[in-house]
Amino acid sequence: MTTKKLPDLVPDAKLKLPKQAERSLPGGLTVIAIRRTSVPLVELRLRVPFSKAPLPRATLLSQALFTGTGAMSSVDIAAELQSVGGGLSAGLDPDRLLITGNALATGLDRMLEILAAVLTDPAYPNAEVATERDRLVDHINVALSQPAHIARTALLKRMYGNHPYAVQTPEPEQVRAVRPAALRSLHADRVRPEGAVLVLVGDISPEKAIDAAEKALGSWTGPGRDESLPATPPLEPGPLLLVDRPGAVQSSLRMALPALPRTDPQYAALSLANMIFGGYFSSRWVENMREDKGYTYGPHTAIEHYLAGSSLMVAAEVATEVTGPSLLETLYELGRIASLPPGEDELEQARRYALGTLRLGMSTQAGLAGLASMYASFGLRLEHLREHSAALATATREQVAEVAAKFLAPTQAVTVVLGDAEKVAAPLSALTQVVRGTA
Amino acid sequence: MARRGKIPATKYPVERFTLENGLRVVLTPDRSAPVVGVAVVYDVGIRSEPEGRTGFAHLFEHLMFQGSENLEKLAHFRHVQGSGGTFNGSTHLDFTDYFEVLPAGALERALFLEADRMRGPRLTEENLLNQIDVVKEEIRVNVLNRPYGGFPWLKLPPVMFSTFPNAHDGYGSFGDLDSATVDDAKAFFDRYYASGNATLAVAGDFDVADATAMIQRHFGDVPARPAPPLPDFDEPAPDAERRDVYTDRLAPLPGVASAWRVPDPIAGFDEYLPYVVLAEVLTDGEASRLVERLVQRDRSVTSIGGYIGFMGDEFQVRNPTALLLQAHMPPGGDAEKVLRTVDEELDRLVHDGLAPGELERTQARIATHLLRDTDAVLGRALPMAVLELQRGRPELLNELPKLVGEVTEAQIVTAAAALRPDRRATVEVLPGAAQ
Repeated sequence: MTTKKLPDLVPDAKLKLPKQAERSLPGGLTVIAIRRTSVPLVELRLRVPFSKAPLPRATLLSQALFTGTGAMSSVDIAAELQSVGGGLSAGLDPDRLLITGNALATGLDRMLEILAAVLTDPAYPNAEVATERDRLVDHINVALSQPAHIARTALLKRMYGNHPYAVQTPEPEQVRAVRPAALRSLHADRVRPEGAVLVLVGDISPEKAIDAAEKALGSWTGPGRDESLPATPPLEPGPLLLVDRPGAVQSSLRMALPALPRTDPQYAALSLANMIFGGYFSSRWVENMREDKGYTYGPHTAIEHYLAGSSLMVAAEVATEVTGPSLLETLYELGRIASLPPGEDELEQARRYALGTLRLGMSTQAGLAGLASMYASFGLRLEHLREHSAALATATREQVAEVAAKFLAPTQAVTVVLGDAEKVAAPLSALTQVVRGTA
Repeated sequence: MARRGKIPATKYPVERFTLENGLRVVLTPDRSAPVVGVAVVYDVGIRSEPEGRTGFAHLFEHLMFQGSENLEKLAHFRHVQGSGGTFNGSTHLDFTDYFEVLPAGALERALFLEADRMRGPRLTEENLLNQIDVVKEEIRVNVLNRPYGGFPWLKLPPVMFSTFPNAHDGYGSFGDLDSATVDDAKAFFDRYYASGNATLAVAGDFDVADATAMIQRHFGDVPARPAPPLPDFDEPAPDAERRDVYTDRLAPLPGVASAWRVPDPIAGFDEYLPYVVLAEVLTDGEASRLVERLVQRDRSVTSIGGYIGFMGDEFQVRNPTALLLQAHMPPGGDAEKVLRTVDEELDRLVHDGLAPGELERTQARIATHLLRDTDAVLGRALPMAVLELQRGRPELLNELPKLVGEVTEAQIVTAAAALRPDRRATVEVLPGAAQ
C-alpha cells in the first residue's frame, strides 16, 4: 500500500453575484429579479409581513389561500398553474406569510396573473375553507404526535414566555372555530403589498420580469400595518424541563442559547463558533456524540433568526438508555468551547465550510431565490454575501473565543428533554436540576 | 386535441469513458456556477443483501465513511467539509450512492477521497460496533419513535412480494444488525464494491481534459475487479388482492397504501413511462383526479400521494417495482371506501379518457419538476451515475422532459386499466394513539 497525498485545493474565484434588478412599485411592493439561466424555469417567493396576526386564523389563511378567487375555483387555480408547468403554495412563520412557487420561464406572466387574482380577489369559498380547516386540524393532530414537534413546542414556551413567538402552532379547537368570513377580513387587513417583497429568479431578463410583475400586481394596493413585535426576552436558564413521553425509545434533547442577528459585527464569529461546536458534521459535538459514542444519528445545531430576535438551537434524538450521558457530553462540549479558544486548524476547517456552502447555496435558482427572499425580509440584499464572506474570512480565534464564551456557555442554555421520564429522570437529575412539565 | 405546449429541454453535454479497471465514468460540464458534484454509485442495494443480514447494505454504506487506505476515521468528513463541501450517501433497493458537492477548486480532492475508499475501507470491529449503534438510532428516529415510521416503504413490500430480496425490511432488524461481522463486511466489499461494478459521474464547473486527467490519476490504479453477475429479482406479480393491516401505537389517524406492479422500468421503458405520468395525473396537486375527488369532494382523505418505486426513485429502480398510492384519512376514515373510490376513478379514466388539457398540463408540471432537479450539480451527477450504471444511457436525463411529453392519452388509459383491485397489494395502518 502506497501512501498518497491529499490534493491541494484550487483557491476560490472571487464571489460573483448574478445579474439583478429591483424596483419599488407604487402600491408598496418591492420586486427583486435575479437572472440565472441554467434551466428554463422561474422561481417565485413572496413574503408578506404577518406578525401579530391571530395564529389560528393566519395559519388557516395560509392553508386556504388558493381555495378560490372571484373567477376561479381551487381546481381552476391549480390547473391553470399546471398548464404553464407551475405551482404555488403558502406557508406561515411568526413574522411572515410566505408564498413559494415555480413554473416554466415562459409561464411567468400567467403565474403572476394568477397570483395577483389570489392576492386581490380572494373568495375563501365556504365549502373549500371547511375542507382546508378539517385538513389543517388533521395535520396539526399528526404534528402533535411527532416527538420533534412536541419537543419544539415545549422549548418555544420556555424560551419566549409571553412573547408571541412562544406559540407557533394553533390548537385544533381554535382552528375549528375559524369561519371563512374571518379569513376574508384578515386577508383584507393584512395581505397587503406594503413591506412585502417579491423575488423572481430564473431564466428571465430582470427588468422585463419586474415589468411583468408590475403589470400583474399593479392593482394590489392598500396600506400595510406596522405590527413590529417587541424584542424577544432574554433567555432565562433554569432547571431542565423534562416532558414525559411514556415508552419512548429515544429522548429528544433540545437546548436554546442566545445568539446575534445577521447584521451584528460579531455575527460571523458566532456562526463559526456554532460550526465548531455542533453546526456541521465535522464539529466537536457531532464527532463526539455520533462517531465516538454512537448515542445519536443526526445531532445538529443552527442559529435561528426571527425579526425580533435570534437564538442558537441545539437538537439531538438520543437512545433512551444514554439520555444522561448525552446531556453530559453536550454540557462538556459547550463548556469546552466557552472556556478554551478553538484550534487554528478547526477554525480554518469551519471557515472554509461556511464560505464554501455559501457558494453551494447560490448555485441553483431555488437556492438563490430562497436566499434573496430571506435576506430581503431582514432588509438585506444579496450584496450582503460579500460583507458576510469577508467577515467569515477574517474572524480570528480570539474573536471566536470571545463570542463563544458569551453565547455558548452551558449556564446560558434553556434545556428541554422529551422522553420516557420514568427511565431518564434519575440520570438527568444526576447532572442538573430537573423539573417535570408538559408540552 | 388541445394545443400541446412546448416542453423545453436541457442540453447538458455528456462525455463517457471506461477506465482499464472497468470503472465507467460520466462527465457533464456546466460552468454556470463555480461548484462541482461528484457521485460514485455501486451496483448493490437492499435487494442483494443475504438472508440473516437484513439492513446490511445500508450498514455497509456507513462503514464506507469510516476511513480508507490513506484516511483515518473522520478524515473523509473533515476533508470534504474543510473544502467547503457537503457529502452523503444513500442505500436504495438496487444501488448505493456516495456523493459530494463542493466549490469547483475542490474537485480533485473529492476524486481522491472517492478513489481511496474504492480501493478499500478500513473495516474494524470498533467502527462496526459504533456504526451499528448509529444505524439503530437512525432506525429509531425514522421508524420506531415516530408515527407512520416506515409507512409504506417498509410496510408494503412484504405484502406485495414473496421472495426475500424484494420483501424484506431494508433498514434491517436489530438482531441481524447485531450479528453483522467484520468478515461479512469484507466479503460484501470484495463481492460488490468492485471497480467494474461502479460508475463515477462528475457534474459542474470543470474542464473535461483536466477532470479526465485527475480521474486517471486517482482511480487509474484502483485494482481491476469484475462486476458480479447481475441478479434477476423478478417474481410473479400477485394474481389476487393481497392485504395486511397493522396498528401504529404512535399514529393519530388511519392511513392506507396500495401498490400495483408496473412494467420493467428498463427493458420495458416505453410501457413503463406512462405509469410515471399516470401517477401525477392521479395525485399531483389540487387539480389532479384523486385529490379533487377524495380530498375536495368526498373529504374521505386528508392527503394522498402517488409515485413509482418504493423509495420514489422512478428512473433509478429496476424490475420488479410498483406504482404506489398512499393516503392519510380523517379520524374514523374508511380504507375500504377510499379504495373503492380509487377503483371508481380509475374506471372513469379508462372509460371516459382524459379531459381536454389534462394530460398537457400534467406533462408541463412534470417537466418543471425534472428540470428543477437538474439545476443542482448533484441533480445531474447522481442520476447520470445511476443511468450509466443501469442503462449505459446517462444522456437520458436530458431527454426525460421530452419523453414524458410524448406519452399519449391512449397509453395513460392502458396503464390505468392495469391498476385492477385483483393486482393490488394494500396495507392499512390503524391509529393506536389516543386522540
